[in-house]
Order: sequence, then C-alpha cells, then structure tokens
Amino acid sequence: MGKIVLNQVTKSFGDTQVIPPLDLTIEDGEFTVFVGPSGCGKSTLLRLIAGLEDVSSGSIEIAGREATQLKPAQRELAMVFQSYALYPHMSVRKNIAFPLKMAKMDKAEIDRRVESAADILNLTDYLERRPGQLSGGQRQRVAIGRAIVREPSAFLFDEPLSNLDAALRVGMRLEISELHKRLSTTMIYVTHDQVEAMTMATKIVVLRAGVIEQVGSPLELYNTPRNRFVAGFIGSPKMNFIEGALAAEHDAHCIGIRPEHIDVSATEGSIQGTINVSEHLGSDTFFHVNCEALNTTLTVRVDGEVGFNRGDTVFLTPKSDLIHRFDEQGLRL
Amino acid sequence: MATQHSRTAARAMMAPAVVLLLGWMLVPLIMTLYFSFKKYLPLRGGDLGWVGFDNYVRFVSSSSFWPSVQTTLLIVGAVLVITIALGVLLALLLDQPMFGQGIVRILVIAPFFVMPTVSALIWKNMFMDANYGLFAYLWEFFGAEPVAWMSQASIQSIIMIVSWQWLPFATLILLTAIQSLDSEQLEASEMDGATTLKRFWHIVLPHLSRAITVVLLIQTIFLLSIFAEIFVTTGGAFGSKTLTYLIFQRVLESQNVGLGSAGGVYAIILANIVAIFLMRIVGKNLDK
Ligand SMILES: Nc1ncnc2c1ncn2[C@@H]1O[C@H](COP(=O)(O)OP(=O)(O)OP(=O)(O)O)[C@@H](O)[C@H]1O
Ligand SMILES: [Mg+2]
Repeated sequence: MGKIVLNQVTKSFGDTQVIPPLDLTIEDGEFTVFVGPSGCGKSTLLRLIAGLEDVSSGSIEIAGREATQLKPAQRELAMVFQSYALYPHMSVRKNIAFPLKMAKMDKAEIDRRVESAADILNLTDYLERRPGQLSGGQRQRVAIGRAIVREPSAFLFDEPLSNLDAALRVGMRLEISELHKRLSTTMIYVTHDQVEAMTMATKIVVLRAGVIEQVGSPLELYNTPRNRFVAGFIGSPKMNFIEGALAAEHDAHCIGIRPEHIDVSATEGSIQGTINVSEHLGSDTFFHVNCEALNTTLTVRVDGEVGFNRGDTVFLTPKSDLIHRFDEQGLRL
Repeated sequence: MATQHSRTAARAMMAPAVVLLLGWMLVPLIMTLYFSFKKYLPLRGGDLGWVGFDNYVRFVSSSSFWPSVQTTLLIVGAVLVITIALGVLLALLLDQPMFGQGIVRILVIAPFFVMPTVSALIWKNMFMDANYGLFAYLWEFFGAEPVAWMSQASIQSIIMIVSWQWLPFATLILLTAIQSLDSEQLEASEMDGATTLKRFWHIVLPHLSRAITVVLLIQTIFLLSIFAEIFVTTGGAFGSKTLTYLIFQRVLESQNVGLGSAGGVYAIILANIVAIFLMRIVGKNLDK
C-alpha cells in the first residue's frame, strides 16, 4: 500500500545538480531513515517525494500510482516539519482537524478521529489550547497528530526532533517507533543524527552529496559498511582509520577499527600509546590515545571505570576478526 | 537599581520634554474649549463675550452637520475598505518572485511621497477633468459620455484620490507581514489538501490580521482629518463636505471662531467614538 519507488530521479536548482540520478525503493511498512551530513540533499529528497519540489527528471511512484506530476495533497502523504509548522491562530483541535476539514469529511467523523489521535498522543487535555501555549514536545505531538488523522499511505519526517532537548528527544524517539509499530505505515525519516538512525530504522539510506552511498539495515551498515564514508558515518564514536604499514600488513590501503573493538592493556598489546584525553560517561569510558608509531590518535571505548588516567601509557590490540579493510578508493575489500 | 535619588533626578530631567509635549497638546485644546464658549467674530466686532453652549447648539442644529458627519464616516470607511482589500492583493502580488522586483516595489510606494495637495490636483486636472482629462478620453474611446467627476461623483472622486494615496502605506505594511509568514506553514497546509483560496483564507489572512489592525488604526487617525484633497478639488461642494471641512468653513469663510471651535470639540468626540469602536474590535485581535 505505501510502497514508494524513485526511478532515476534528479533535482537541480539552476545550474547546480543537488541530486544526481537516483534509484530507491521503499517497501510498504518500512521505517526508512535518510542520514548524511548537512547539505547532502536529505531534505530535498524528502520534499521531492512529498511533491513540494518538482523533480528535474525521473519518476516517482507512490502506492502503485505514478505520482511524479501529482500535487502534494493528491499523493496522500503526511509530513511533519522541523519547525512543526503548526497554525498559530488555531487551537490544537483545529490544527489536527485541518486536513480532515480540507477533505470535507463530516463533522462527527472529524471529531472521532481527532479524539482518537489526541488519545494516542496524550493531547486530550490540551485540545483547546493554541500552539503558542504548548511546550516543544507537545507541539511536536500535535504535528504528528495532524499527520496521523489523515491515515496517509506514508509519513515523512524532516528532522522532527532537532528542536528538542536531549531527554525529550529520547522519549519522542521511542514514541515515534511505537507509533510505527502500531500503525505499521511506511515512514521516511530524515536526520543527521546517526543514533536516531540506528535506533529507529528498519532501513537506513546513507547519502553524500545527493548520492546514495549504501542502503541497508542498521546492523548491516554497522557490520559491513560498503566504503570508508559509511564506516565513518555510522557508529559512535567514529571508527578509527589507519593507513600505512599497519594497513599493508592486512593487505589493504587503509584499515578501520571501531573504538569498541579494541582491547586496552597496561602491559602488552600490538600498538603502544599515551592517553591524551579520557571521557568518562559512567557506563562507558572513551580514551583518545596518541600512538606515536602510527602518527595518529585512536579512540578506544572501554566499559565503565578502568584504572587508567590521562598520561598513562597503554597497549592497544584490535580484535583481528573485526577489522574493516578498504582500498585506495575507500571501497570495502 | 534606581534609588530614590536617581528617580528624582530622572524625573527632573524628563520634565522639560514632558512639559513641552503637554503644552503643545494642551494649549490648542484649551484654546479651542475657551473659544467654543465665546461669540468671537474677528472681522465683525471681535470678542463679543461668553455665550454658554450657544455655539454647540448652533453647530449641531445647522443643516450641514449630520451630512458632514456622514460624509466623513463614508469617506473614512470606503478608503479603509479599498486600501486594505487592494493592499492585501498587491502585497500578495509583490511577494511573488518576479523580474525587477526592487524597482516595482519602489514604484508602488511612490504615491505615498507625493504631497496630498499635489496628488489631488493631478488627479483633478489630469485624470478627472470632463473635457481634457484622461478618463474623459477613455470614456469617449468606449463611446460613453465623459463623467464630470467633481460635480457628479464628488465623494467617489475624493475616495479614489485618498485611496490612491494611502494604498502604498497599506501595501507596504501588509507586504512585510506576508514576508514574515513561515513558508513551512504554507507547505504544511498544501500537504493538508488546502487549495490556494483556502490557504489564503485559513493561513495567510489570519496571519495578516495584526498588520491589518495596525493599518486600520493608523489610517483612521489620518483619514478623519483629510482636508487638502477636498480643498483643492470640490472645495466642499456637491456633498463632499466632511466635518473637518465644515469647521474650516465656519472659522475661515464665515469668520466665526466660536462656532468653529465648538465644531472642533465635536470632531474630537467623533474621533474618540471611532477610536473606542476600533479599539474594541482591534483589541481582541491584538490580544492573540
Ligand atoms: N531552493 C534551493 N535553491 C538552491 N539550492 C538549494 C535549494 N534548496 C536546497 N539547496 C541546496 O541543495 C543542497 C541540499 O540541501 P538540503 O536542504 O536537501 O540538505 P540537507 O541534507 O537537508 O541538509 P541539513 O541536514 O542541513 O538539513 C544544499 O547544498 C543546498 O544549498
Ligand atoms: Mg534538511
């Protein structure tokens, strides 16, 4: 029902091509996350799907229908904007009811749907307030409410959580995931936060400069990144990359080791270094270890409290079966 | 932190400005009140003593009084409606990206810089003259009888001229308001299935309500006292006499300062009634 297919889609603003020819299939019911650095075209891609921008060439198919020329309203998609885009002069109830009113639905049905959306999103007590009288998280929920009442074939989210504080973000992340489970409608979610991507997605699309670098499940991307860009982008803290002699030992131009795949010891190991900075997060500790022999700094992640401090000399041993190897072009070997 | 001392000093320093402004406002007001209770005919005997409320009674019982109040309200109301309706449309238009936007915007604002006397004269002679005005040619071109604007449609003419002068002001304020509308709101409503017309009605117009309120208030203040446009066109004839103009005639043409002053006090009362009325409507709007 909510399958979305992009076929050789491109987008140019004037002379600059922001999206080179791109193919992508999003299956019905999938929670797809677009991630990538700022300016890589995530929002543009989402807006192309929504119909808020016209494609320069190529075609878009939504729910089995050719949708390239359809107006946004006819595509039966709902979008949640980064700024929420609530209508400030309308009460929460009117905001949520707006798309239904535009669809000329009858009054009783509108009321029923608004009540049930408010119930799902814990907004029942706020229905008569205006958006200006709500907190950021509540506004976000109203925006989601306005999207779900229409029962669209897919939801589009453009960085919906970026205006919220860290604690609220975690809460809303869970709520959106639960909503997806409950509605099992296709969702496309744009973020530049790879933690959001990893925790929510069933499928992640990594973009760089409008090009899809890799598509896959979160763990596929984590375990077998197709190239150095994806390897560096997915995972926190970032993967360590080592070039030169050590890489050559593994028959590669460059090797990548995730911080959590390195053992630390005070006495023995393959790489010697000094702890430059240590970050204690309670459950984890990150060491930034200066390795003179490799002429680089490696990030290492260890459990909780370990007896090392800044300035200590330590020995690092990468887990050999978890080393990623890349060639000159940065492609996985 | 303001101490007792510094507060006293602040008051002392502000005093000259406050006194000056107060004097500026109070002196004419008190003089108007003073003369309104006197029989004062500068060329026919000067100050002829106190007459109580005589002037007030005479001013209202004059046959020109109620028509002049009506004319005033008609002109103010019509100009407000025209400038706000056209102002919203023009602002929407100017908000669209187009070639030569900067120049077009300056041109639209230009009428506001023309002095009322000048613009009224230009309209009267260049456009509305029944013999050689541009409108006369236009009417003749379509085979119609040219209109003698000043005599046959005096109020309409004045409304047209004044609207032309104030349209730029309304457009400018409404344009800045439209530009401050969040484009994501429009996009959201587009996705919600609102047509262009519905988007205008449900999103753009409510967003503009504050700006419209401001335009309404400011214009009313100035429109209640328009004078030059009438003076140089109809000279108050053909039913185009407003309250302001009537007062002018009483004071200068009939040389009756007392009677004119009483009219001035009525004008103050009318302005306040209109202001209270507007504030009521508008206050609701500004609270949101
Ligand atoms: N209307 C436009 N006109 C010209 N260029 C545009 C326009 N909109 C976007 N771009 C360009 O397209 C590129 C992609 O923009 P886009 O907004 O899709 O990035 P993004 O991935 O969403 O970034 P962010 O994470 O910062 O939101 C950027 O280089 C941007 O400058
Ligand atoms: Mg973006």
